[in-house]
Amino acid sequence: MTKHIQVVFKGKLQESAKSGGCGNCQSSCQSACKTSCTVGNQACEK
Amino acid sequence: MEKIHIAPAEAAKLHWFAVPDGWLLLDVNSGSVLRVDEATVACLEKIAAGEELDQEAEEIAAELLALKEQGLMFSDDAYLGQYEPPEPVLKSLCLNICHDCDLRCKYCFASTGSFGGRRSMMSFETGAKALDMVLANSGGRKFLEVDFFGGEPLLNIGVVKRLVAYGREREKAFGKTFRFTFTTNCVGLTPEIAAWAEENNISVVLSHDGRPEVHDRQRVFPNGRGSYDVVTKNIQYFLAHNTRGNAIVRGTYTAYNKDFCEDIKHWLELGFPRLSMEPAVETDGPRKLTEADLPGLKEEYWRLARLYQERREAGKPFDFFHFRLDLSHGPCLPKRLTGCGAGYEYMVVTPEGELYPCHQFVGREAYKLGTVDEGVWPEAKDIVEKFRQAHVYNKASCRGCWARFFCSGGCHANADLFHHDIMQPYELGCQISRIRLECAIWLAVKQKEAEICG
Ligand code: SF4
Ligand code: SF4
Repeated sequence: MTKHIQVVFKGKLQESAKSGGCGNCQSSCQSACKTSCTVGNQACEK
Repeated sequence: MEKIHIAPAEAAKLHWFAVPDGWLLLDVNSGSVLRVDEATVACLEKIAAGEELDQEAEEIAAELLALKEQGLMFSDDAYLGQYEPPEPVLKSLCLNICHDCDLRCKYCFASTGSFGGRRSMMSFETGAKALDMVLANSGGRKFLEVDFFGGEPLLNIGVVKRLVAYGREREKAFGKTFRFTFTTNCVGLTPEIAAWAEENNISVVLSHDGRPEVHDRQRVFPNGRGSYDVVTKNIQYFLAHNTRGNAIVRGTYTAYNKDFCEDIKHWLELGFPRLSMEPAVETDGPRKLTEADLPGLKEEYWRLARLYQERREAGKPFDFFHFRLDLSHGPCLPKRLTGCGAGYEYMVVTPEGELYPCHQFVGREAYKLGTVDEGVWPEAKDIVEKFRQAHVYNKASCRGCWARFFCSGGCHANADLFHHDIMQPYELGCQISRIRLECAIWLAVKQKEAEICG
C-alpha cells in the first residue's frame, strides 16, 4: 500500500443496496429512554 | 505530467477526523474507512477549498484517484433519488403496559409514567389484540419485536407474563418468532421475575444512572428519596443470574453529570458489563444540554473511548452500546435509510389500545393512528406515509451529513419536539451522534488493526 493511506475497511454499502432490504433486522429506536441504538450499531440478520 | 485536478465536490463525499493516534477517513457512500496521515489531510483540505495542489499533494491525489478506481474513495451514491421505502409492514410494537410508575424521575418524558394523561394499566385482552395485529400485519417478516414499556411495566407484570405466553403460543401458527424485551426502573425486579425472564429469553433494559449522588438526584421515589440502593441491589442480583447476556444497563446523563464517564466507571466497579448512556433530551430547565456543552461532551466521549480501548487491551473489556459498530458486516443500505421505522414498521399501543407512531408520540394527539380494534384508521394513512417518507434522502440536513448511513436520520420525536417537524432533526442530538460515531469508528479500526497484527 501507499505511504500516506492505509485501507482498514473496504465498505460495501453500495453493493448491499442490491442484496439487502429483507427487513428482518431489529428496529432501531434512537431515543434515550429505549434500548437506543444508531442503526450502524446493528447486526444484519442474514 | 498533467496536473491532477479533483473537484471540491469530491471532497464532500469524504469525512476525515482526528483520533488519538492520527487521522481517519470515511468514504461516506461506500462505508470504507482508511487511515491517513497529516499530509493527506492537508491535501484533502486543499481539494475541498479548490486550491492548487503542490507536488506532495499531487502525489497523494494520485493515490486517492487510484483508490477511487477500486471503489474505496469518492464513491457515488447510486441509490440517491431512487430509493423507495418498503411498504408499511408492521414488525415491531411497543406495548405501554402500564401508564404508571413507582418512581418520579425528574427527566422522564412520560411525565412520571402517566404520559400527561391518567394513570392506567393495559388489560390482557388489549395486549393480546396488539400481538394478533402484529402477527397479521407483518407480511414476510419473521422476527417480531415487542417491547414492554411504560411507565413501569413491572407494575403490570401479571399481564406481561400472560402476553408472553400468549405470544409464544400464537407465533407458531404464523411461523414467526416474537422477541420480547422489557425496560424497567428495577424497583420491582424480584428474583422471581429474574428467573421468569431468563426462562423465557426476554431481553431486559435496566435503568440506572451511575454514581449514587447522580442517580439519586434524578431517579427518586414519590417521597423524594433516591432509589439507588434498591435498584443497584436488584440489578446486581439480576445480572448474576442472567446467563444469556441479553440484559443491558442504560443510563441518562444530563447537564448535572456531563462527566458521565465517571458513572460508567462506577458501573464497571459494580460489575455491570453491558452499558449504554444517553443524553437526556430536554427543551428547558437545569438538566438541558446545549451547544455550549459540546466541546466538553466531545472530550468526555473520547475519554470513554480511550477507557474502552485500554480495558480491551488489558483483557477486561466492557460493552458500550454506541461503540458497537460492525464495519464489515453492518446493516444493508436500505436499512440505513429507513431508520427507526416509527409510524409504519413500529408503533406503540397505549393501555387503552390506541396506536401512535412510537412511545414518544403518545399523547401528541395529531399523531394518533388508530386503535387495536380498528387498526390504522384510513384517515391516518397520510401520517403513516409521512413517517415512511421521513428517510435520510428526504431530509435536507441529512442529505449532506457524513453520518447519514449510520444515524439514519435521527429521532422523529425529537425533531417534532424541537421543530414541530419530523423532517428537521434535533441538531444537538446530531452533533452528539457524530461525536459518538467518530469514537466508534476509531475503536473498530483499533480492533481490526489488532486482529491484523495479532
Ligand atoms: S421517533 Fe425517535 S423515539 Fe420514536 S422510535 Fe424513532 S427514534 Fe425512537
Ligand atoms: S446526524 Fe443529524 S443530520 Fe446527520 S443523518 Fe443523523 S439526523 Fe441527519
